[in-house]
Amino acid sequence: MTEKNENEIDDINGESGTKKNADTSTIIQYLSFVLGKEEYGVDILRVQEIRSWEPVSRVPNVPFYEKGVVNLRGAIVPIIDLRERFSLSKPEYTPLTVVVVLQTGSGSHTRIMGVVVDSVSDVISIERTDIQSAPDFGTKVSNEFINGLVSVNERMVMLLDVDKLLLLEALEQNDY
Amino acid sequence: MSIDMSQFHQVFFEECFEGLEAMESGLLSLDIGDIDPEAINTIFRAAHSIKGGSGTFGFTVVAEYTHIMETLLDEMRDGRRQVTKQAVDVLLGSVDCLREMLTSIQNEEEVNAQSVAQHQAALETELNGESSASSPSSAPAQPAISQSPSPVESQEEDDEPEIEEEQGWKISFCPYLNLLKTGNDPVRLFRELSALGQLTSNVNIQDVPPFNELDPEECNISWDLVLVSDASESAVREIFSWVEDDCELELAPLAKPKKKKKPKAAPAPIVAPVVTETKDVAAPALAPPPAVVVKKAPTEAEAAKNAPKASSSIRVDTDKIDTLINMVGEVVITQSMLGLIGENFTMDKVGQLKRGLAQLERHTRDLQQSVMNIRMLPISFVFSRFPRLVHDISTKLNKKITLKLVGENTEVDKAVVELINDPLVHLIRNSLDHGIEMPAERIAAGKPETGTIELKAYHRGGHIVIEIIDDGRGMDKSKLLAKAIEKGLVEESAIMTDKQILELIFMPGFSTAEQLSDISGRGVGMDVVRRNIQSLGGNIDIISELGKGSTIAIHLPLTLAILDGQSVAVGDETYIVPLVSIIESINITEKMLNKVAGKGETFKLRNEYLPIIRMREIFNVKSGAATKPNEGVIVVVEGQGALCGFLVDELLGQQQVVIKSLEANYRRVEGVSGATILGDGSVALILDVPGLVRLSVC
Repeated sequence: MTEKNENEIDDINGESGTKKNADTSTIIQYLSFVLGKEEYGVDILRVQEIRSWEPVSRVPNVPFYEKGVVNLRGAIVPIIDLRERFSLSKPEYTPLTVVVVLQTGSGSHTRIMGVVVDSVSDVISIERTDIQSAPDFGTKVSNEFINGLVSVNERMVMLLDVDKLLLLEALEQNDY
Repeated sequence: MSIDMSQFHQVFFEECFEGLEAMESGLLSLDIGDIDPEAINTIFRAAHSIKGGSGTFGFTVVAEYTHIMETLLDEMRDGRRQVTKQAVDVLLGSVDCLREMLTSIQNEEEVNAQSVAQHQAALETELNGESSASSPSSAPAQPAISQSPSPVESQEEDDEPEIEEEQGWKISFCPYLNLLKTGNDPVRLFRELSALGQLTSNVNIQDVPPFNELDPEECNISWDLVLVSDASESAVREIFSWVEDDCELELAPLAKPKKKKKPKAAPAPIVAPVVTETKDVAAPALAPPPAVVVKKAPTEAEAAKNAPKASSSIRVDTDKIDTLINMVGEVVITQSMLGLIGENFTMDKVGQLKRGLAQLERHTRDLQQSVMNIRMLPISFVFSRFPRLVHDISTKLNKKITLKLVGENTEVDKAVVELINDPLVHLIRNSLDHGIEMPAERIAAGKPETGTIELKAYHRGGHIVIEIIDDGRGMDKSKLLAKAIEKGLVEESAIMTDKQILELIFMPGFSTAEQLSDISGRGVGMDVVRRNIQSLGGNIDIISELGKGSTIAIHLPLTLAILDGQSVAVGDETYIVPLVSIIESINITEKMLNKVAGKGETFKLRNEYLPIIRMREIFNVKSGAATKPNEGVIVVVEGQGALCGFLVDELLGQQQVVIKSLEANYRRVEGVSGATILGDGSVALILDVPGLVRLSVC
């Protein structure tokens, strides 16, 4: 998986080399949200809806950041607290807490999950070529689900790879 | 212009497999002594539509093969051929072979040409050998048939054709030796010719070699044909177009009518080759079967290896769909009615609103029921395979067994139908092999020579019950117990009830069969059968009386989509325990509690000590105050054949819940089999009782 990750980043780098030749169709829209003091973004095409927090049904014996499941119009959808996942801020759940419902996977096997964030800020349009690869912090910081970094109004936004976020769940299933 | 035919393949295969099933059951129900023409017609029709379909889709292998079957069946249908047991067996073998071919084609694999060739050879020998034995009309002799004026005569046909000036063709047809090997049959050509007009034929047999040099697969005969017809030359050539590379063909217009139909003489001289043919044919006819049997084993293994692609489509009765559509219409009407009330709502409309809501509720319930109905299939989908199984195995074992099917139309969920097949096959094999005695033994025991196995299905409560009843030797309880002690599965001093002894056969590794057979007796299986049935949420019971027979009863839920559940509270959380696994729920007192090694808790239920599983601990529930066992409720459940008590805080109520998958968007969770949505919209987890028992033991 990491190999693929690198490849993707290579792709991005490769394109940034030919930066000014890229045409306008390479603009991607991201939904940005705040976790603690950091700003993250996800591909807006992956966002199914944004909901307010509602109590979840706890699922026993799973990692603490997997808060439980909710009923989303008849489907059982897991809710993951990204703040706890990234150890960023104290989780507080108020009616103003936001759940972003994301779609992952492709073809016949798509999955839906909700992620808890502090607040949703903006929809940002980014030229594909403006995306930088995430710096390697070695083992200190895991950047495995960060697709790249982008600068918006002097603020750094980390772009998350939704598929890897959920893939992580599958990996944990094995070592759990 | 080009249509993508592959979109219809799925339907074609389904129809073919249905046709094969119809053929199979038709063949099995054929009573050799007293043939019902309608039964043969049914088989013939099935073969015919498979042939037609496969031809359309370009599966020529299948079409050609079916064609031979069809010819054989056609002769049976017309009464030209005796229906013998041998013929039926060959046809059954062909059904298997066709099924194999179709499966290969469906999975886009190579068709096993060897096996097909063997079956085809068996069919052809049956076709040739048998017909010549019953009537002098084997392949080369069959012109005898075509000689007789065709039923479809051309308009110029007359009783005395020689008087009139006639149009027609003189055809010299001299096939090469390999004509028959190319799969062409002169008889068929002649039959087509005779459809054009009156056909007379003269056979040249001077090239037929002496008997000891005769190769039955070579065509040593040539024909001089006279066709009285107004057909054009091209129409006649058209008929021979398939064989024109394999014969010498001369066509000459008939200037004058032939004097007399000479060929009447033909049948007489032809007797000689006929006899030789059949003799020679008879030898290879005996040869193929062993080869076929040898081949069978690997193909079966192959079939198991490439597990059939599960087709997820379902055939639904149009009536069911109509009901559903009606129901949806009703719901829409009710909805618009409610909408009207809501538009200008005043308090005096409350009564109307309530009525509307009641109606909506009724329609919703009906709608739910009819949707569930769509998934329901008659159990005959499973049962219909068993006559064949019983037929094959009883022949192999030299036992006389009749299979009685009762309640085939009992409906059950499609998923259950699919999963119940393997356990049933296993149980029936067991009954055939161990249950029913050899005929001599049966007579000695004062029973009818023919054993009976009854397969019975009926609804009881929210369950379907499937019973397998045999009138065989029954199970010897003392022998079972002795065996169990010998294998160390049971303590020697153990005191067991009859039921417990019978349940020993579900223990892994338990078999009392004195000798192994390839049908059953290896002691694997019954435990798997029970596990499979339990995983469907059902259970299995045995009643057996020595010398009288055994009854095995399987109880299964009607559907896997809805479950009767008991909701229980643990802290602030709600869980659903499947009602089928609950034996009873009790309040316990301090006195009933015991500790094992200071840790494991047990309680005494009547005379048994059962382990307690604290739900609060096993699920790490933190909310609410911890309860002592005597403040909560013990739900006694059965899982994995063992009883055990779940300690919960409170019983909430019983309800039907719709099972939702946790894995669809999330993942498998230990001890949880699924989730459901409660009346208030929140999610409750459904407990996996056997899984929890395992979880707490490990």
